[in-house]
Amino acid sequence: MERMQQIVGRARAAFNSGRSRPLEFRIQQLKALERMVQEKEKEILAALKADLNKCGPNAYSHEILGVLGELVLTMEKLPSWAAPHSVKKDLLTMRDEAYINYEPLGVVLVIGAWNYPFVLVMQPLIGAIAAGNAVVVKPSEVSENTARLVAELLPQYLDKDLYAVVTGGVPETTELLTQRFDHILYTGSSAVGRIVMAAAAKHLTPVTLELGGKSPCYIDKDCDLAVACRRITWGKYMNCGQTCIAPDYILCDPSIQSKVVENIKATLKEFYGEDVKSSPDYERIVNQRHFKRVKSLLEGQKIALGGETDEASCFIAPTILTDVSPESKVMEEEIFGPVLPIVTVKSVEEAIEFINLREKPLALYVFSNNKQLIRRVIAETSSGGMTANDVIMHSVVPDLPFGGVGES
Amino acid sequence: MERMQQIVGRARAAFNSGRSRPLEFRIQQLKALERMVQEKEKEILAALKADLNKCGPNAYSHEILGVLGELALTMEKLPSWAAPQPVKKNLLTMRDEAYINYEPLGVVLVIGAWNYPFVLVMQPLIGAIAAGNAVVVKPSEVSENTARLVAELLPQYLDKELYPVVTGGVPETTELLTQRFDHILYTGNTAVGRIVMAAAAKHLTPVTLELGGKSPCYIDKDCDLAVACRRITWGKYMNCGQTCIAPDYILCDPSIQSKVVENIKATLKEFYGEDVKSSPDYERIVNQRHFKRVKSLLEGQKIALGGETDEASCFIAPTILTDVSPESKVMEEEIFGPVLPIVTVKSVEEAIEFINRREKPLALYVFSNNKQLIKRVISETSSGGVTGNDVIMHFFLSTLPFGGVGHSGMGAYHGRHSFETFSHRRACLIKDLKMESTNKMRYPPGSQKKVDW
Repeated sequence: MERMQQIVGRARAAFNSGRSRPLEFRIQQLKALERMVQEKEKEILAALKADLNKCGPNAYSHEILGVLGELVLTMEKLPSWAAPHSVKKDLLTMRDEAYINYEPLGVVLVIGAWNYPFVLVMQPLIGAIAAGNAVVVKPSEVSENTARLVAELLPQYLDKDLYAVVTGGVPETTELLTQRFDHILYTGSSAVGRIVMAAAAKHLTPVTLELGGKSPCYIDKDCDLAVACRRITWGKYMNCGQTCIAPDYILCDPSIQSKVVENIKATLKEFYGEDVKSSPDYERIVNQRHFKRVKSLLEGQKIALGGETDEASCFIAPTILTDVSPESKVMEEEIFGPVLPIVTVKSVEEAIEFINLREKPLALYVFSNNKQLIRRVIAETSSGGMTANDVIMHSVVPDLPFGGVGES
Repeated sequence: MERMQQIVGRARAAFNSGRSRPLEFRIQQLKALERMVQEKEKEILAALKADLNKCGPNAYSHEILGVLGELALTMEKLPSWAAPQPVKKNLLTMRDEAYINYEPLGVVLVIGAWNYPFVLVMQPLIGAIAAGNAVVVKPSEVSENTARLVAELLPQYLDKELYPVVTGGVPETTELLTQRFDHILYTGNTAVGRIVMAAAAKHLTPVTLELGGKSPCYIDKDCDLAVACRRITWGKYMNCGQTCIAPDYILCDPSIQSKVVENIKATLKEFYGEDVKSSPDYERIVNQRHFKRVKSLLEGQKIALGGETDEASCFIAPTILTDVSPESKVMEEEIFGPVLPIVTVKSVEEAIEFINRREKPLALYVFSNNKQLIKRVISETSSGGVTGNDVIMHFFLSTLPFGGVGHSGMGAYHGRHSFETFSHRRACLIKDLKMESTNKMRYPPGSQKKVDW
């Protein structure tokens, strides 16, 4: 459609004007974004509530806090990041200047996801602006309230031509992907990741694909189970399990399986009270389609805890499945829901083998007091990133690169 | 074909055995490669002579020296490159270990090109081995002698299963590309680059594409023309113009155009003597197809120098075209031959505009005594890399990443950049199970109190 061509064309013309290059301009745009997040906090939280039933405090700490932190860090560090990087010279080049110059690529496309719909467009946008590019933002249509809000707000605060928002679903995104970009960052599923990369190949556009997978969580017998299970509970059930780096499934010795269930059960009560459905802290599945998808994973499984569902409100209770068979449906794809299968293994060797039989996940978790064991798991497996003795947390260390490997 | 599946399958099984991971093993393989290059130097030079009429000294300095240097550097630095890199921690992670762990990707595919057929498989191979991967090497079939030699030699020196060589042309490469790899490094042209990336997309395989383009060379009026033209002559006509980072065309003021021609003419005599055809230092076009392609670019052009060709020996003399029209055929695609068009421009602004109307090239050159002008050209254009007041040389500094941008490619390698390209940088955060009370803030039930804190 001409509309896409026009929007991208305008962004490109704006980039070619050169105005996004000076550091002062970029910092000014980032400051405007910071103002936007501060001034429109109420609206942002309301959109997240409408899309995912995320309560204020959760939404603030998961989506707004991180964005503000990224903005502050970027504005502070940009001069040093953007400065030419001198490199070590050799005999031949002793008298010369040799350096790596950081330059904008041109027009960047950011495709967001629906599970953390604000931060997953904002964080890439911040980086792309900081690097001096024009940016086309395509928020996920599944989280429609946040998409609508982003489309309203960005033009109120940022340069309208340089930073465009495009809304819509599959047809619009497909059309958008026929346009030429200088980099595409996509967050979402492996299946669509392939489509994005294939479209990018036509223009020789480099891509950053933030996909997913089944992030395993190995619990060693030698560990403080209460603490381990509390941390796992937090990371698994936040956002109703709809977190790309949530611990997807547990691997542990059969002898501790029931203790794991008990500890998680106790933690769930601490977190959400007796009636999880009425806890303001417990989110909902984003829509009917995903509700049905996750619910179907329970079929034929041994439900040790939870299992209650309510289609009308897309509610699925925090659920644990025990003695899960590796061949069952729930062990096939990324769950992306509040269902935690436990697969028993007799040793860490078996756990490592199990993990390596599968695609490389986005995250990997191992709980143990034994540092040697942890290092061994790291050395003998692969994943985008990992945290030992906690979950999620490697994604909040700003100096650690966040991304996947292989199918993730 | 099953053969491809078997070869790649064997490489994957060998990788999964874990034996390519220990640094000692990788260094031992690199040492074997070094022995191979030293022991088989004669054979390598002979293959390059047969493929490109490259004489011994040229072949040695362009292809062997660089490989030996890369091997020595890699073996020396590998322990430090491969070591986990601690990162700056924040308040939340003060007590923890946070680092980037460098890990092998798995099975890497290296597709070589025909113009520097030895170094363009060896340099990626070195980096991929150093990073702990299995590597499938596919040399270009166009440089068939070197391809055959590489296929013979690698299994004599390296682990046969981990580092197989696959030979063949388009059908074999197409079949190979249906297999699953963990990274593909391709050197070649933009059109095939798209095909490689599309094939890689099916498996979500990351790619490094070293492509090409028309590398512009701007000569400012304020510069030592004799020196500039000598350097340009060297870079343009080496390997008979078949160098991905050769200065493709010149941009200069009309007032210096004829001086440029004179200087290059004089340099050519210095380099190749009166009869360039009988100079042992002057290479040939690789085959008939490319000979015809380059020759056809001369049609309708003002030949200021050269223009002689001999199809039987794929000889094309060092040629300069003057007052070339930007719309002519020779200004459309990468020339990849010993034909140097000069397009006149009235100012550096016009040169910059001219360059920016075209695809981002792999290299960009600017000759001037005026450092301000050079910095201006750099800041107002884009290219894979730049050398100011010389050509080619940014390729030889291994601390600089070598690669393209836009249509000239994506990703980069050489030296440490090879190691990083062929590694997965895994984010690792190691905590302990103590100090659980500090986590209270993040747990539900949430409250504004916690947020305010």
